[in-house]
Amino acid sequence: MKLTIGAICGPAGSKANRTGSWRSYRPILDPEVCTDCGICAIFCPDSCVFPEGENYRIDYTYCKGCGICAEECPSGAIEMIVEEK
Amino acid sequence: MKPSEVREGQRAVMEGSWAVAQAVALCRPGVISAYPITPQTHIVEDLAQMVADGDLAAEYLRVDSEFSAASAVYGAVATGVRAYTASSSQGLLLMTEVLYNMAGTRLPVVIGAANRTLSAPISIQPDQQDTISLRDSGLIQLYVEDSQEAHDAHIQAFRIAEDPEILLPVMVCMDGWLITHTFEPVELASQEAVDSFLPPFKPPYSLDPTCPFTFGSFTDDDKLMEFRYMVHQAQQKGKEKIEQVARAFEKTFGRYYGGLIDTYCAEDAEVLLLAMGTVVGTIKDAIDLMRAEGRKVGLIKIRAYRPFPAERIREATKGAKAVAVLDNNISLGAYGAVASDVALCLSNQISAPAILPCIVGLGGREITIDSIRSIVERAEQMGKGRIAPAESFWVDLHPELL
Repeated sequence: MKLTIGAICGPAGSKANRTGSWRSYRPILDPEVCTDCGICAIFCPDSCVFPEGENYRIDYTYCKGCGICAEECPSGAIEMIVEEK
Repeated sequence: MKPSEVREGQRAVMEGSWAVAQAVALCRPGVISAYPITPQTHIVEDLAQMVADGDLAAEYLRVDSEFSAASAVYGAVATGVRAYTASSSQGLLLMTEVLYNMAGTRLPVVIGAANRTLSAPISIQPDQQDTISLRDSGLIQLYVEDSQEAHDAHIQAFRIAEDPEILLPVMVCMDGWLITHTFEPVELASQEAVDSFLPPFKPPYSLDPTCPFTFGSFTDDDKLMEFRYMVHQAQQKGKEKIEQVARAFEKTFGRYYGGLIDTYCAEDAEVLLLAMGTVVGTIKDAIDLMRAEGRKVGLIKIRAYRPFPAERIREATKGAKAVAVLDNNISLGAYGAVASDVALCLSNQISAPAILPCIVGLGGREITIDSIRSIVERAEQMGKGRIAPAESFWVDLHPELL
Protein backbone atom coordinates (compact mmCIF):
# COMPACT_ATOMS: atom_id res chain seq x y z
CA MET A 1 0.00 0.00 0.00
CA LYS A 2 1.44 3.38 -1.05
CA LEU A 3 1.16 6.05 1.60
CA THR A 4 -1.07 9.03 0.80
CA ILE A 5 0.05 12.62 1.13
CA GLY A 6 -0.51 13.96 4.65
CA ALA A 7 -1.98 10.60 5.74
CA ILE A 8 -5.26 11.80 4.21
CA CYS A 9 -7.33 8.75 3.35
CA GLY A 10 -10.84 7.61 2.45
CA PRO A 11 -13.63 7.26 5.02
CA ALA A 12 -13.76 4.42 7.58
CA GLY A 13 -10.02 3.89 7.30
CA SER A 14 -9.74 3.28 11.04
CA LYS A 15 -11.38 -0.14 10.52
CA ALA A 16 -7.94 -1.32 9.47
CA ASN A 17 -6.63 -0.46 12.93
CA ARG A 18 -7.66 -3.46 15.06
CA THR A 19 -7.58 -1.85 18.47
CA GLY A 20 -8.67 -5.07 20.21
CA SER A 21 -4.96 -5.89 20.51
CA TRP A 22 -4.60 -3.06 23.06
CA ARG A 23 -6.89 -4.84 25.55
CA SER A 24 -5.62 -6.01 28.92
CA TYR A 25 -9.08 -6.63 30.46
CA ARG A 26 -11.78 -8.52 28.58
CA PRO A 27 -15.52 -7.87 29.16
CA ILE A 28 -17.57 -11.05 29.52
CA LEU A 29 -21.33 -10.63 29.19
CA ASP A 30 -23.58 -13.11 31.03
CA PRO A 31 -26.79 -13.51 28.95
CA GLU A 32 -28.58 -15.05 31.94
CA VAL A 33 -28.18 -11.84 33.98
CA CYS A 34 -28.50 -9.36 31.06
CA THR A 35 -31.90 -7.61 30.81
CA ASP A 36 -31.27 -6.30 27.26
CA CYS A 37 -31.56 -2.69 28.46
CA GLY A 38 -28.85 -1.58 25.98
CA ILE A 39 -27.09 0.84 28.34
CA CYS A 40 -23.73 -0.85 27.62
CA ALA A 41 -24.17 -0.25 23.87
CA ILE A 42 -25.00 3.42 24.47
CA PHE A 43 -21.95 3.99 26.66
CA CYS A 44 -19.36 1.99 24.65
CA PRO A 45 -16.99 4.68 23.22
CA ASP A 46 -15.97 2.40 20.35
CA SER A 47 -19.42 1.05 19.36
CA CYS A 48 -18.22 -2.47 20.19
CA VAL A 49 -21.37 -3.62 22.00
CA PHE A 50 -24.49 -4.09 19.90
CA PRO A 51 -27.71 -6.18 19.81
CA GLU A 52 -27.53 -9.44 17.91
CA GLY A 53 -30.53 -11.75 17.81
CA GLU A 54 -32.00 -11.88 21.31
CA ASN A 55 -28.81 -10.83 23.10
CA TYR A 56 -26.01 -8.30 23.05
CA ARG A 57 -22.64 -9.13 21.56
CA ILE A 58 -19.20 -7.60 22.17
CA ASP A 59 -16.90 -7.14 19.17
CA TYR A 60 -13.47 -8.14 20.50
CA THR A 61 -11.74 -7.08 17.25
CA TYR A 62 -12.00 -3.43 18.35
CA CYS A 63 -12.92 -3.54 22.07
CA LYS A 64 -10.00 -1.94 23.99
CA GLY A 65 -11.23 -3.28 27.32
CA CYS A 66 -11.90 0.11 28.90
CA GLY A 67 -14.56 -1.39 31.18
CA ILE A 68 -17.14 1.39 30.78
CA CYS A 69 -19.82 -1.15 29.79
CA ALA A 70 -19.23 -3.14 33.00
CA GLU A 71 -19.20 0.03 35.10
CA GLU A 72 -22.50 1.25 33.62
CA CYS A 73 -24.39 -2.07 33.52
CA PRO A 74 -27.21 -1.75 36.16
CA SER A 75 -27.57 -5.55 36.40
CA GLY A 76 -23.90 -6.42 36.84
CA ALA A 77 -24.07 -8.66 33.78
CA ILE A 78 -20.60 -7.72 32.49
CA GLU A 79 -17.43 -8.91 34.22
CA MET A 80 -13.94 -7.69 33.38
CA ILE A 81 -11.39 -10.49 33.45
CA VAL A 82 -7.62 -10.23 32.95
CA GLU A 83 -6.73 -10.98 29.35
CA GLU A 84 -4.03 -13.61 29.18
CA LYS A 85 -2.58 -14.64 25.85
CA MET B 1 -2.07 56.41 4.91
CA LYS B 2 -5.46 54.96 4.07
CA PRO B 3 -5.83 52.10 1.59
CA SER B 4 -7.94 54.27 -0.68
CA GLU B 5 -5.05 56.72 -1.08
CA VAL B 6 -2.75 54.22 -2.80
CA ARG B 7 -3.35 52.87 -6.25
CA GLU B 8 -2.17 49.37 -7.08
CA GLY B 9 1.06 49.24 -9.03
CA GLN B 10 1.98 52.65 -7.65
CA ARG B 11 5.10 53.28 -5.59
CA ALA B 12 4.23 55.01 -2.35
CA VAL B 13 5.46 55.39 1.20
CA MET B 14 3.51 53.07 3.48
CA GLU B 15 3.77 51.10 6.70
CA GLY B 16 5.26 47.60 6.27
CA SER B 17 2.18 45.98 7.82
CA TRP B 18 -0.03 47.70 5.31
CA ALA B 19 2.15 46.51 2.43
CA VAL B 20 1.83 42.96 3.77
CA ALA B 21 -1.94 43.23 4.26
CA GLN B 22 -2.29 44.52 0.72
CA ALA B 23 -0.26 41.57 -0.65
CA VAL B 24 -2.44 39.11 1.26
CA ALA B 25 -5.62 40.75 -0.04
CA LEU B 26 -4.31 40.59 -3.62
CA CYS B 27 -3.94 36.82 -3.19
CA ARG B 28 -7.72 36.59 -2.59
CA PRO B 29 -7.84 34.49 0.58
CA GLY B 30 -11.24 32.99 1.42
CA VAL B 31 -10.62 32.89 5.17
CA ILE B 32 -8.48 35.04 7.47
CA SER B 33 -8.26 34.33 11.17
CA ALA B 34 -5.95 35.84 13.74
CA TYR B 35 -5.64 36.97 17.33
CA PRO B 36 -3.99 40.33 17.96
CA ILE B 37 -0.45 40.43 19.33
CA THR B 38 2.18 43.15 19.13
CA PRO B 39 3.90 43.76 16.69
CA GLN B 40 1.82 41.71 14.24
CA THR B 41 -1.53 43.39 14.96
CA HIS B 42 -1.52 46.03 12.23
CA ILE B 43 -1.42 43.39 9.48
CA VAL B 44 -4.64 41.70 10.53
CA GLU B 45 -6.25 45.00 11.57
CA ASP B 46 -5.73 46.25 8.03
CA LEU B 47 -7.18 43.02 6.61
CA ALA B 48 -10.16 43.19 8.97
CA GLN B 49 -10.79 46.76 7.82
CA MET B 50 -10.72 45.68 4.16
CA VAL B 51 -13.26 42.94 4.89
CA ALA B 52 -15.47 45.33 6.92
CA ASP B 53 -15.35 47.92 4.13
CA GLY B 54 -16.35 45.35 1.54
CA ASP B 55 -13.01 45.69 -0.28
CA LEU B 56 -12.02 42.07 0.37
CA ALA B 57 -14.43 39.17 -0.12
CA ALA B 58 -13.14 36.94 2.69
CA GLU B 59 -14.47 35.50 5.92
CA TYR B 60 -12.68 37.17 8.82
CA LEU B 61 -12.94 34.87 11.81
CA ARG B 62 -12.44 36.48 15.23
CA VAL B 63 -11.23 33.89 17.71
CA ASP B 64 -10.26 33.55 21.36
CA SER B 65 -6.57 32.70 20.93
CA GLU B 66 -3.79 32.00 18.47
CA PHE B 67 -4.42 28.29 18.95
CA SER B 68 -7.96 28.84 17.66
CA ALA B 69 -6.76 31.11 14.84
CA ALA B 70 -4.36 28.42 13.60
CA SER B 71 -7.06 25.77 13.99
CA ALA B 72 -9.54 27.90 12.01
CA VAL B 73 -7.19 28.32 9.06
CA TYR B 74 -6.24 24.63 9.27
CA GLY B 75 -9.93 23.79 8.87
CA ALA B 76 -10.44 26.35 6.12
CA VAL B 77 -7.57 25.04 4.00
CA ALA B 78 -8.76 21.47 4.58
CA THR B 79 -12.04 22.44 2.91
CA GLY B 80 -10.08 23.73 -0.10
CA VAL B 81 -10.14 27.44 0.71
CA ARG B 82 -7.05 29.70 0.63
CA ALA B 83 -6.39 30.98 4.14
CA TYR B 84 -4.06 33.32 6.03
CA THR B 85 -3.09 34.00 9.60
CA ALA B 86 -0.38 36.03 11.27
CA SER B 87 1.18 36.22 14.71
CA SER B 88 4.25 37.01 16.80
CA SER B 89 6.23 35.68 19.73
CA GLN B 90 4.04 34.00 22.39
CA GLY B 91 1.21 33.82 19.85
CA LEU B 92 3.33 31.71 17.53
CA LEU B 93 4.24 29.43 20.41
CA LEU B 94 0.56 28.99 21.23
CA MET B 95 0.01 27.98 17.57
CA THR B 96 2.84 25.47 17.66
CA GLU B 97 0.87 22.26 18.06
CA VAL B 98 -1.44 23.21 15.18
CA LEU B 99 1.48 24.22 12.95
CA TYR B 100 3.08 20.77 13.27
CA ASN B 101 -0.30 19.29 12.35
CA MET B 102 -0.68 21.60 9.35
CA ALA B 103 2.66 20.52 7.94
CA GLY B 104 2.04 16.84 8.66
CA THR B 105 -1.41 16.98 7.05
CA ARG B 106 0.12 18.97 4.17
CA LEU B 107 -2.16 22.01 4.45
CA PRO B 108 -0.68 25.02 2.61
CA VAL B 109 -1.61 27.88 4.94
CA VAL B 110 0.42 31.08 4.62
CA ILE B 111 1.44 32.54 7.98
CA GLY B 112 2.87 36.00 8.52
CA ALA B 113 5.29 36.12 11.44
CA ALA B 114 6.30 39.49 12.84
CA ASN B 115 9.43 38.44 14.70
CA ARG B 116 9.48 39.32 18.39
CA THR B 117 11.50 37.84 21.22
CA LEU B 118 10.05 35.35 23.69
CA SER B 119 9.31 35.70 27.40
CA ALA B 120 10.73 35.71 30.03
CA PRO B 121 11.44 38.47 30.77
CA ILE B 122 8.54 39.82 28.74
CA SER B 123 9.56 42.15 25.93
CA ILE B 124 7.98 43.33 22.71
CA GLN B 125 11.31 43.93 20.95
CA PRO B 126 12.37 42.04 17.84
CA ASP B 127 14.52 38.97 17.49
CA GLN B 128 14.03 35.70 15.64
CA GLN B 129 13.75 33.39 18.63
CA ASP B 130 10.02 32.87 18.01
CA THR B 131 10.16 31.64 14.42
CA ILE B 132 13.41 29.73 14.93
CA SER B 133 11.65 27.74 17.64
CA LEU B 134 9.30 26.50 14.90
CA ARG B 135 12.04 25.45 12.51
CA ASP B 136 11.45 21.71 13.05
CA SER B 137 7.68 21.81 12.47
CA GLY B 138 7.77 21.18 8.70
CA LEU B 139 6.93 24.80 7.79
CA ILE B 140 8.77 26.45 4.95
CA GLN B 141 10.33 29.62 6.39
CA LEU B 142 11.21 32.67 4.31
CA TYR B 143 13.03 35.62 5.93
CA VAL B 144 12.75 39.08 4.39
CA GLU B 145 14.93 42.18 4.45
CA ASP B 146 12.50 45.08 3.95
CA SER B 147 8.85 46.00 3.38
CA GLN B 148 9.02 45.50 -0.38
CA GLU B 149 10.36 42.00 0.06
CA ALA B 150 7.74 41.31 2.76
CA HIS B 151 5.01 42.34 0.30
CA ASP B 152 6.47 40.27 -2.53
CA ALA B 153 7.34 37.22 -0.38
CA HIS B 154 3.70 36.87 0.71
CA ILE B 155 2.60 36.60 -2.93
CA GLN B 156 5.36 34.07 -3.62
CA ALA B 157 4.47 32.17 -0.41
CA PHE B 158 0.98 31.22 -1.59
CA ARG B 159 2.34 29.90 -4.87
CA ILE B 160 5.09 27.87 -3.16
CA ALA B 161 2.75 26.51 -0.47
CA GLU B 162 0.00 25.44 -2.86
CA ASP B 163 2.26 23.80 -5.43
CA PRO B 164 1.03 20.19 -5.81
CA GLU B 165 4.59 18.94 -5.23
CA ILE B 166 4.98 20.95 -2.02
CA LEU B 167 1.69 21.37 -0.10
CA LEU B 168 3.28 22.75 3.04
CA PRO B 169 2.51 25.80 5.16
CA VAL B 170 4.81 28.74 4.42
CA MET B 171 5.79 31.24 7.10
CA VAL B 172 6.99 34.67 6.00
CA CYS B 173 9.25 35.94 8.79
CA MET B 174 9.75 39.70 9.07
CA ASP B 175 11.43 41.52 11.93
CA GLY B 176 8.80 43.13 14.12
CA TRP B 177 8.78 46.96 14.22
CA LEU B 178 11.72 47.15 11.81
CA ILE B 179 9.38 46.02 9.03
CA THR B 180 5.86 46.00 10.47
CA HIS B 181 5.88 49.56 11.81
CA THR B 182 8.43 51.24 9.54
CA PHE B 183 7.32 53.45 6.67
CA GLU B 184 9.18 52.78 3.42
CA PRO B 185 8.51 53.26 -0.28
CA VAL B 186 6.85 50.10 -1.61
CA GLU B 187 5.64 49.28 -5.08
CA LEU B 188 2.37 47.38 -4.74
CA ALA B 189 1.56 44.53 -7.09
CA SER B 190 -1.50 44.94 -9.27
CA GLN B 191 -4.48 42.59 -8.99
CA GLU B 192 -4.15 41.64 -12.64
CA ALA B 193 -0.50 40.64 -12.24
CA VAL B 194 -1.15 38.67 -9.04
CA ASP B 195 -4.06 36.86 -10.71
CA SER B 196 -1.81 35.84 -13.58
CA PHE B 197 1.02 34.78 -11.20
CA LEU B 198 -1.05 32.88 -8.64
CA PRO B 199 -3.46 30.24 -9.97
CA PRO B 200 -6.61 29.39 -7.97
CA PHE B 201 -6.05 26.96 -5.07
CA LYS B 202 -6.88 23.40 -6.12
CA PRO B 203 -5.80 20.91 -3.45
CA PRO B 204 -5.71 17.18 -4.26
CA TYR B 205 -7.98 16.39 -1.28
CA SER B 206 -10.52 18.53 0.51
CA LEU B 207 -13.20 18.07 3.13
CA ASP B 208 -16.55 17.64 1.40
CA PRO B 209 -19.55 15.67 2.76
CA THR B 210 -20.34 14.37 -0.74
CA CYS B 211 -16.82 12.93 -1.10
CA PRO B 212 -15.51 12.24 2.40
CA PHE B 213 -11.85 11.99 3.43
CA THR B 214 -10.17 11.47 6.79
CA PHE B 215 -7.81 14.31 7.77
CA GLY B 216 -5.63 13.74 10.83
CA SER B 217 -5.58 9.97 10.78
CA PHE B 218 -3.72 7.68 13.15
CA THR B 219 -0.53 5.85 12.32
CA ASP B 220 1.81 3.53 14.12
CA ASP B 221 5.48 2.61 14.20
CA ASP B 222 5.13 0.89 10.83
CA LYS B 223 4.45 4.13 8.91
CA LEU B 224 5.20 7.30 10.87
CA MET B 225 8.84 7.45 9.81
CA GLU B 226 7.78 7.31 6.15
CA PHE B 227 5.31 10.17 6.66
CA ARG B 228 8.11 12.27 8.19
CA TYR B 229 10.32 11.37 5.25
CA MET B 230 7.59 12.51 2.82
CA VAL B 231 7.45 15.95 4.50
CA HIS B 232 11.24 16.10 4.38
CA GLN B 233 11.14 15.23 0.67
CA ALA B 234 8.59 18.02 0.07
CA GLN B 235 10.96 20.41 1.88
CA GLN B 236 13.85 19.25 -0.32
CA LYS B 237 11.69 19.72 -3.41
CA GLY B 238 10.90 23.18 -2.03
CA LYS B 239 14.51 24.23 -2.69
CA GLU B 240 13.98 24.03 -6.43
CA LYS B 241 10.45 25.48 -6.24
CA ILE B 242 11.42 28.53 -4.19
CA GLU B 243 14.07 29.36 -6.78
CA GLN B 244 11.65 28.80 -9.68
CA VAL B 245 8.96 30.91 -8.04
CA ALA B 246 11.48 33.73 -7.38
CA ARG B 247 12.37 33.73 -11.09
CA ALA B 248 8.72 33.55 -12.18
CA PHE B 249 8.00 36.47 -9.84
CA GLU B 250 10.80 38.44 -11.47
CA LYS B 251 9.28 37.75 -14.88
CA THR B 252 5.86 39.05 -13.84
CA PHE B 253 6.81 41.83 -11.42
CA GLY B 254 10.42 42.69 -12.32
CA ARG B 255 11.77 42.21 -8.79
CA TYR B 256 14.23 39.53 -7.65
CA TYR B 257 15.86 38.99 -4.26
CA GLY B 258 17.77 35.79 -4.92
CA GLY B 259 16.36 32.28 -4.68
CA LEU B 260 17.18 30.40 -1.49
CA ILE B 261 20.01 32.81 -0.76
CA ASP B 262 21.26 36.11 -2.11
CA THR B 263 24.83 37.36 -2.05
CA TYR B 264 26.55 40.75 -1.91
CA CYS B 265 30.25 41.22 -2.74
CA ALA B 266 30.68 37.50 -2.07
CA GLU B 267 32.65 36.34 -5.14
CA ASP B 268 36.16 37.29 -3.96
CA ALA B 269 35.38 37.67 -0.25
CA GLU B 270 37.79 36.22 2.30
CA VAL B 271 35.37 36.89 5.14
CA LEU B 272 31.69 36.20 4.59
CA LEU B 273 28.91 37.34 6.88
CA LEU B 274 25.86 35.12 6.83
CA ALA B 275 22.58 36.53 8.12
CA MET B 276 18.83 36.81 7.56
CA GLY B 277 16.23 39.51 8.14
CA THR B 278 16.59 43.29 8.34
CA VAL B 279 20.19 43.17 9.64
CA VAL B 280 21.17 42.38 6.07
CA GLY B 281 20.68 46.07 5.15
CA THR B 282 23.11 47.22 7.86
CA ILE B 283 25.61 44.56 6.78
CA LYS B 284 25.53 45.82 3.18
CA ASP B 285 26.33 49.35 4.36
CA ALA B 286 29.15 48.02 6.56
CA ILE B 287 30.53 46.03 3.62
CA ASP B 288 30.55 49.15 1.42
CA LEU B 289 32.62 50.96 4.07
CA MET B 290 35.04 48.05 4.59
CA ARG B 291 35.43 47.40 0.86
CA ALA B 292 36.46 51.05 0.50
CA GLU B 293 39.23 50.23 3.02
CA GLY B 294 40.31 47.32 0.82
CA ARG B 295 38.96 44.56 3.06
CA LYS B 296 37.55 41.54 1.24
CA VAL B 297 34.22 41.19 3.00
CA GLY B 298 30.97 39.82 1.58
CA LEU B 299 27.48 38.73 2.55
CA ILE B 300 25.30 35.66 2.20
CA LYS B 301 21.68 36.49 2.90
CA ILE B 302 19.48 33.52 3.72
CA ARG B 303 15.99 33.93 2.22
CA ALA B 304 14.80 30.37 2.85
CA TYR B 305 15.88 28.98 6.22
CA ARG B 306 13.65 25.90 5.84
CA PRO B 307 14.35 24.18 3.52
CA PHE B 308 17.95 24.87 4.50
CA PRO B 309 19.98 25.95 1.44
CA ALA B 310 22.98 23.73 2.21
CA GLU B 311 24.16 23.31 -1.41
CA ARG B 312 23.88 27.03 -2.17
CA ILE B 313 25.81 27.95 0.98
CA ARG B 314 28.55 25.47 0.04
CA GLU B 315 28.84 27.04 -3.42
CA ALA B 316 28.80 30.61 -2.10
CA THR B 317 31.47 29.98 0.56
CA LYS B 318 34.00 28.35 -1.79
CA GLY B 319 37.27 30.22 -1.44
CA ALA B 320 36.29 32.08 1.73
CA LYS B 321 38.67 31.84 4.70
CA ALA B 322 36.07 32.49 7.39
CA VAL B 323 32.29 32.63 7.65
CA ALA B 324 30.73 34.62 10.48
CA VAL B 325 27.16 33.51 11.15
CA LEU B 326 24.95 36.15 12.76
CA ASP B 327 22.26 34.41 14.77
CA ASN B 328 19.37 36.56 15.99
CA ASN B 329 18.38 33.64 18.23
CA ILE B 330 20.07 31.12 20.48
CA SER B 331 19.57 27.50 21.34
CA LEU B 332 20.41 28.15 24.99
CA GLY B 333 23.24 25.98 26.16
CA ALA B 334 24.54 25.49 22.61
CA TYR B 335 24.81 27.85 19.62
CA GLY B 336 22.61 29.93 17.38
CA ALA B 337 20.42 27.76 15.16
CA VAL B 338 21.79 29.01 11.85
CA ALA B 339 25.43 28.57 12.89
CA SER B 340 24.76 24.94 13.81
CA ASP B 341 23.21 24.27 10.40
CA VAL B 342 25.99 26.12 8.55
CA ALA B 343 28.69 24.23 10.45
CA LEU B 344 27.22 20.88 9.46
CA CYS B 345 26.69 21.82 5.83
CA LEU B 346 30.28 23.11 5.50
CA SER B 347 31.85 20.10 7.21
CA ASN B 348 33.04 17.03 5.27
CA GLN B 349 34.62 19.12 2.53
CA ILE B 350 38.25 19.11 1.39
CA SER B 351 38.80 22.68 2.53
CA ALA B 352 36.18 24.34 4.70
CA PRO B 353 36.30 27.92 5.97
CA ALA B 354 36.54 28.66 9.68
CA ILE B 355 33.16 29.41 11.26
CA LEU B 356 32.55 32.19 13.77
CA PRO B 357 29.19 31.73 15.51
CA CYS B 358 27.83 35.11 16.65
CA ILE B 359 24.81 35.91 18.79
CA VAL B 360 23.43 39.31 17.79
CA GLY B 361 20.53 41.62 18.50
CA LEU B 362 18.62 39.56 21.06
CA GLY B 363 15.54 41.39 22.32
CA GLY B 364 16.08 44.23 19.87
CA ARG B 365 19.69 45.09 20.88
CA GLU B 366 20.71 47.39 18.04
CA ILE B 367 23.14 45.91 15.53
CA THR B 368 25.28 48.79 14.32
CA ILE B 369 27.99 49.11 11.70
CA ASP B 370 30.49 48.95 14.59
CA SER B 371 28.91 45.66 15.68
CA ILE B 372 29.49 44.30 12.17
CA ARG B 373 33.09 45.59 12.21
CA SER B 374 33.79 43.80 15.49
CA ILE B 375 32.53 40.55 13.96
CA VAL B 376 34.61 40.99 10.80
CA GLU B 377 37.77 41.69 12.84
CA ARG B 378 37.39 38.41 14.73
CA ALA B 379 36.57 36.52 11.54
CA GLU B 380 39.67 37.95 9.84
CA GLN B 381 41.82 36.67 12.73
CA MET B 382 40.23 33.23 12.36
CA GLY B 383 40.82 33.33 8.60
CA LYS B 384 44.52 33.81 9.42
CA GLY B 385 44.49 30.60 11.41
CA ARG B 386 43.86 31.86 14.93
CA ILE B 387 42.10 29.24 17.01
CA ALA B 388 38.68 30.49 18.04
CA PRO B 389 36.98 29.72 21.35
CA ALA B 390 34.29 27.04 21.27
CA GLU B 391 31.71 29.47 22.67
CA SER B 392 29.77 31.89 20.41
CA PHE B 393 30.79 35.55 20.19
CA TRP B 394 28.08 37.52 22.04
CA VAL B 395 28.16 40.76 20.09
CA ASP B 396 27.68 43.99 22.09
CA LEU B 397 26.98 42.15 25.32
CA HIS B 398 27.22 44.51 28.32
CA PRO B 399 29.45 42.63 30.81
CA GLU B 400 29.23 45.53 33.30
CA LEU B 401 25.59 44.58 33.93
CA LEU B 402 26.42 41.01 34.85
